[in-house]
Amino acid sequence: MTGLRIEEHPVLDFPKRKKVKFFFEGKEMEGYEGEPIAAALHAAGVKVLHHSLKLGRPRGFFCAIGNCSSCLMIVDGVPNVRACTEKLREGMRVERQVGRGPSLAAR
Amino acid sequence: MEYELVVVGGGPAGLSGALKAAQNGVRVAIVDRQEELGGQLVKQTHKFFGWSRRGAGIRGIEIGRRLRNAVLAQPHITVFTGTEALGYYPDNSLLIEGPSGVSRITGKTFLFATGAQERMILFPGNDLPGVYGAGAVQTLMNVYGVRPGRSVLMVGSGNIGLIVSYQLRQAGVAVRAIVEALPQIGGYAVHASKVRRLGIPILTRHSIKEAHGKECVEGATIWELDDKFRGIPGTEKDLDVDVICLATGLTPLGDLLWQAGVSMTYVPELGGFVPIYDENMETERPGIFVAGDAAGIEEASTAMLCGEIAGLAVAAKLGKIPRHRFEEERNVLARELAALRSGPLSSKVRTGYERIRALVQGRRGS
Ligand SMILES: Cc1cc2nc3c(=O)[nH]c(=O)nc-3n(C[C@H](O)[C@H](O)[C@H](O)COP(=O)(O)OP(=O)(O)OC[C@H]3O[C@@H](n4cnc5c(N)ncnc54)[C@H](O)[C@@H]3O)c2cc1C
Repeated sequence: MTGLRIEEHPVLDFPKRKKVKFFFEGKEMEGYEGEPIAAALHAAGVKVLHHSLKLGRPRGFFCAIGNCSSCLMIVDGVPNVRACTEKLREGMRVERQVGRGPSLAAR
Repeated sequence: MEYELVVVGGGPAGLSGALKAAQNGVRVAIVDRQEELGGQLVKQTHKFFGWSRRGAGIRGIEIGRRLRNAVLAQPHITVFTGTEALGYYPDNSLLIEGPSGVSRITGKTFLFATGAQERMILFPGNDLPGVYGAGAVQTLMNVYGVRPGRSVLMVGSGNIGLIVSYQLRQAGVAVRAIVEALPQIGGYAVHASKVRRLGIPILTRHSIKEAHGKECVEGATIWELDDKFRGIPGTEKDLDVDVICLATGLTPLGDLLWQAGVSMTYVPELGGFVPIYDENMETERPGIFVAGDAAGIEEASTAMLCGEIAGLAVAAKLGKIPRHRFEEERNVLARELAALRSGPLSSKVRTGYERIRALVQGRRGS
C-alpha cells in the first residue's frame, strides 16, 4: 500500500487488521476490512469519488462522518452509498457515481 | 421498545447526560451513528484544556474512554452504535437505521446531543477533492490511520486549526502555513507556540484566494487582506499543497431539532442557529432536552456539565428524584458551569447564553 498509511505514531496505535480485496471501477485494490471505503480508496490514491449533478465537477469526501453527501458512490450496484462511513468488505464492487446515479427501478 | 430517555449522540454531552439520568434510575437508550462512543473525543490526541476536575491535562481520547467504560458498565443504559437517528415523530418516537435495518424507538423524553458540523468558506475551487474539513482530516488520520496527503494549507488559527496542524505533523504530514483572516491568532497561546516551534508559519490578515487543480487540489494561492477583509492584489503567494484543510468554525448540528419542531434562534456567538432552552436544558417542546455543541459551540468540559444538568432534569421530570434534591444538585452543577465560563476567553459564549436566557425570560413574562 502507498505511503499514506501511518505506520508509526507518537500517541496512537493502529492495530493490524485483515487485508481484503475489492474492486474500484473494475480494478482490483486492497484495503483493510471494516475501514470506510473512502479511507481505503484515499490510501490507494483515489480522491475523486463522485461527479456533481449539474456541472459534473469532481467530488471527494468533505466531512468524513456521514453528514455532507459529498462522497456518494455506487456500491455493489446500489447508488447513493456514503463512502466515508460504509465499511469495506471482501469483494465489494465500488464505482464512482455521477449525479444521482442509476435508477434502482431500471435494474 | 420504549425507554424513559432516548439520547441521540454519544459524545461527551450525550454520555454525561445518559450517565446522570441512569444513576438516578432512568432507563436510557443511546443512539450514535459512529461505531465507537465518544464523539469528537475519539480523535483528540492532545491534552485537553478546561477545568481540572473535568479532565484538563488528560488526552481527549482518554476522557472518551473513561466515559465510555462508565456507560457500558451501567445496567440502565442500552447502547445502539452504528445507528443513525433519521427523524423524530410527534408520537415520541424516533426513526433509526442501524445494523439490523430501519426501526422505531420510543422515549418518554429525548436528549439531542448531536454535536456540530463544519462551516464552509467561499473561494474558487472550494469543491475540489482535497479540500477537507478539519474534522475529516482528524478522522482520517487519527481514527483510520491514513494521512490526508503530503502537504497542507490550514485555513483558520482557532484551537482546532492549531491542534490539527500539530496532529498533522505528528502523523508525518507537512503543514506549509496556517492562514488567519483576523489580525490576531484565534486559539490559545500554548497551542500557537507549539505549532510555531515546529516551524509552521501562522500568517494573520491572510486568507486563501483560490485552490488549483483539475481533478483534485494541486496547489493554493493565498493573499493578504486589508482592513475590510478584501484581498490585496499583488500580495499573492502560491503554495505547493495537495490538501486544503478548513478550520473555519463550527455550527450546531440542529437538523433533527428543526425537524422535531423545536423553536430555534440565531445566536452568532454560539455558532449559528441554536435551540431555545431553559436553565434545565429543556427546549420549548416539553420533554425534548439539548446539550453540548448542538446547543451552542463550546467545549467538552461544558458539554459534559450541560449533559449532566439535562440528565438530572430528566430524572426529576420523570419523578425519580424529589424536587428539592434536584434543585440542590442542579445548582451545584450550574455553579461549576458558571465558573468554567467565567474566564475572559468565554466572554463570547457568555453573551450568547445571556441572549437565550433573556429570550426565555421574555417569553415567560408575556
Ligand atoms: C480539534 C479539536 C480540538 C478540541 N479540543 C478541545 C479541548 O482541548 N478541550 C475541550 O474542552 N474541548 C475541545 N474540543 C471541543 C470538544 O471536542 C467538543 O466541544 C465536544 O466534543 C462537544 O461534545 P458533544 O457531545 O456536544 O458533541 P460530539 O462530541 O460532536 O458528539 C456528537 C455525537 O452525535 C452523533 N450524532 C450526530 N448526529 C447523529 C444522528 N443523526 N444519529 C446518531 N448519532 C448522531 C455523532 O456521531 C457524535 O458521536 C475540541 C474540538 C476539536 C474539533
